[in-house]
Amino acid sequence: MGAYFSDIFLGLKSLLIGLGITFKEFFKPVVTVPYPYKTIKMSERYRGHIELIENEEGTPKCVACGMCQRACPSGCISLAAKSVEYEVEVKGEMKTKKKKVLTKYDLNFTTCSLCGQCVESCNFGAITFSKDYNLASSRKEDFHFDLLNRLKERNS
Amino acid sequence: MSLTILNAVIAVVAAIAFAAVNAAYLVWAERRGAGRIQRRPGPNVNGPFGLLQPPCDGIKLMTKQLMIPGGADKALFMVAPVLAMAPAIMSFVTIPFSENIVARSMNVGVLMIFAFASMGAMSILLAGWGSRNKYAVMASVRAVSQNISYEIPMLITVITIVMMTGTMDLKELVAGQAGGILNWNVVPSLSSPLMPVSFLIFFICSLAETNRAPFDLGEAESELVAGFHTEYGSMGFGLFFMGEYANIVIGASLITILFLGGWDCPLGLFPGVWWFLLKIYLLIFSFIWIRWTFPRTTIYGLLNLSWKILIPISLFNLLLTAGLLKVF
Repeated sequence: MGAYFSDIFLGLKSLLIGLGITFKEFFKPVVTVPYPYKTIKMSERYRGHIELIENEEGTPKCVACGMCQRACPSGCISLAAKSVEYEVEVKGEMKTKKKKVLTKYDLNFTTCSLCGQCVESCNFGAITFSKDYNLASSRKEDFHFDLLNRLKERNS
Repeated sequence: MSLTILNAVIAVVAAIAFAAVNAAYLVWAERRGAGRIQRRPGPNVNGPFGLLQPPCDGIKLMTKQLMIPGGADKALFMVAPVLAMAPAIMSFVTIPFSENIVARSMNVGVLMIFAFASMGAMSILLAGWGSRNKYAVMASVRAVSQNISYEIPMLITVITIVMMTGTMDLKELVAGQAGGILNWNVVPSLSSPLMPVSFLIFFICSLAETNRAPFDLGEAESELVAGFHTEYGSMGFGLFFMGEYANIVIGASLITILFLGGWDCPLGLFPGVWWFLLKIYLLIFSFIWIRWTFPRTTIYGLLNLSWKILIPISLFNLLLTAGLLKVF
């Protein structure tokens, strides 16, 4: 008989403790992010599609060596460059030098597996992962990114 | 003569409107409350604080096609949702919201409400049987056995109160508790020292009678698809839903009238309909709060709670009160 009543009292007590916990939770702030209206900042290590990094002059850091293109196992990077001549002052006299300038950097994101080989292979720290994740479309063409254009848009 | 007819029509329309508005907005309150308890916002897109969500849901339900499964008993299938909603509206007729706001005051109000409340179990049984679905039948059998076993302690508790007050008129029940919190039935008195226990029993039973979590074995989504309304879509489902919430309002009103002094103020000041509404909405909040706190019980646990704990204690309370009423 004693066990019968102690069961009831202990059960009731545990129920009240549970109610207390949910009552406290009721007044705590909401943790849900109302997604389409607010977005959270992605973490440092988030891997989106790749993105070009700019130097101080606002042009791409990329020297168009093509390492990323070769490192990519899915072959989704294609880039092109032209060589331009420019003049620098070396020991008081002007010299003309040549360098490669990126004219096209296309990423075919439909085949990209986000392995990150391109970022790792880059010796100039010229590409990084973007933090974009709102990538949804019903058309394949929307995933062929012109990264040079994206960089220009970002700067403008 | 025409005035009495007009009165009756106004009373019925008011009862239906009150039941419907409450049913619609309690769904909103439930979803918001569930959200807060789980630390998410709940419906908040349609209108300020999501207040336009219930009309949107209503329009959605009404525009859907009412499907009747092949092999179902068509008549029973159609009549069950109506039977879920109609008794709930009927019960509103006799509930006194304040001294003057009552559609029809009856001297057997308590009896009438319980008579109509027990029809709810029948609508569940008909829905399960009529829809020819094994899950629905199983759920309705569960719900009916649950309803029967919880009606007993509930009615024994009511008998205790009726014995104490000597009336079945809901208005007189409240009038007998007028004058502050110490006169309310929930406070133990000399003739019935176990009144708080009765209150608790009645509260648990009204949770079980309205088929609410943690006693929602009638719809047990995780086990029985959607329980007795598995086959219902469109407004058939809507009526079951509204009936459930209307029953919650009635349960809260009954608890308020029987135990918490109806429209009486705790301090004896300004009695009126606002106190009644405040009390029923606090009780409804606690229903929501309980639903989102406790997991569902098993059918054995549920029946054991009723037959092994609630019925013996309420019977003991009945005998004790009867004896003490003789003494004092």
